[in-house]
Amino acid sequence: MAVDEFQPKILGFLCNWCSYAGADLAGISRMQYPPNLRIIRVMCSGRIDPAFVLEAFKSGADGVLVAGCHLPSDCHYVSGNFKTYRRIAALRKLLQQLGFEPQRLRVEWVSASEGARFADVVKEMTDEIKRLGPNPLTKTGGEFAGSSLRELERVASRVTSTSQA
Amino acid sequence: MSKLKIGFYWASTCGGCEVAVLDVNEKILDTLKVADIVFWPVVMDIKYKDIKAMGDKSVDICFFNGSIRNGENELLAKLLRKKSRILISFGSCACGGGVPGLANLHNRRTVFEKVYRESVSTKNLPGVIPRTCSEAKEGELTLPEFYDTVKTLDQVVNVDFYLPGCPPPVDLIAKVLQSFSSGTNPKKGSVLAPEISLCESCKREKGNKKIAKVKRFHETALDPKKCFLDQGIICMGPATRSGCGEPCLDANMPCTGCMGPIPGASDQGAAMIGALSSILGIENEKEKSENDMDQLVGEIKDPVGTFYKYTLPSSIINRRVK
Repeated sequence: MAVDEFQPKILGFLCNWCSYAGADLAGISRMQYPPNLRIIRVMCSGRIDPAFVLEAFKSGADGVLVAGCHLPSDCHYVSGNFKTYRRIAALRKLLQQLGFEPQRLRVEWVSASEGARFADVVKEMTDEIKRLGPNPLTKTGGEFAGSSLRELERVASRVTSTSQA
Repeated sequence: MSKLKIGFYWASTCGGCEVAVLDVNEKILDTLKVADIVFWPVVMDIKYKDIKAMGDKSVDICFFNGSIRNGENELLAKLLRKKSRILISFGSCACGGGVPGLANLHNRRTVFEKVYRESVSTKNLPGVIPRTCSEAKEGELTLPEFYDTVKTLDQVVNVDFYLPGCPPPVDLIAKVLQSFSSGTNPKKGSVLAPEISLCESCKREKGNKKIAKVKRFHETALDPKKCFLDQGIICMGPATRSGCGEPCLDANMPCTGCMGPIPGASDQGAAMIGALSSILGIENEKEKSENDMDQLVGEIKDPVGTFYKYTLPSSIINRRVK
């Protein structure tokens, strides 16, 4: 890893039943993937309020990954993943109109047995965000302009406190 | 008891809020029995120096409408905050940025280019563009600075109460005037409108809320009795606060969201995207592919203009980033 290479901060919302377990599997299988993702576990990807995603970008995240159970039938709550997909599709359209590259927001399906796929998704997304460069908000003086990786944890705690409110 | 002193001011606004105050009709006479209007630029001759000469906190209630678009708006907001005991953010523009807030999709340079050069109705051969300071033979002429980003009133000063609406509904204005003149003050920082969503007070027949496809007005004949969402028309009801009295719905037009976000949600557009995505294309949902869903969502034209018509400056990402 080059020292002055741009290291993106990616916030990941992973569903409890499939994708978080998939990430866990990647971990216990000692698979290597970039350290740029910070994970928030949610009970279902369908629980992710569009405001969480916007708040993450506002706080300086360079990318947001939403991961849930495979379409059409893996969702623990029957159809949460369908709602997620439409939400993310609408958000991507919105973000584009607001000047963000839509690739910064990504939805992926990762099952509990797909540790390798999880590692690949993170690798692929990190590379893509590296190509895109920093969140355009941080360039124009976003809240955490020039912040370190650790600050993303602060973002994470703020986003989860919004979800409790 | 001495009479209450009230004032009205307009910043970046169309003037509709001022008309809404007059629409209170004869009830304003009841107010005038207990209150004096000390300034109101739209009906009274008053100068900046007159406001500056007033004592601090000498105005009991100031109704401030309009968003903060330029230096003069901000200056007056700060001045009136100093002079007023209670400052009410009055109307959609002051509360959420309003329609002028959609200019946050652009910036000062592109707004000026459009208005002073590109617009087809503009003939500006010398290419004159306003500047904050220019020389004339009479001396130096100044104009307030035009901001890149439209702000809400509470982004520049502390606000005591919010009364949203485009314009604020007459019933709510009358109620506010009555409650303040009788001395019963609501809780500080509150929105002076019902704590429910528009759907809750809407009288249209509600179906099972399954939209097969988002439609636009010209694509369908609107049933005046049925829920707009059930007919496939985007209505901001689920994400919007009630209290407007539903004049748009009565005129067979869907809600565009002027009363601001529902209680508990800070971002009206995010709330609406959440709501709409939960009911769009759920008939035979499991048979739909990602492409099908992309197509469904693709039917939403202009997401910012639809979901943030009145609240872009107060939303989480309050402007176009580049």
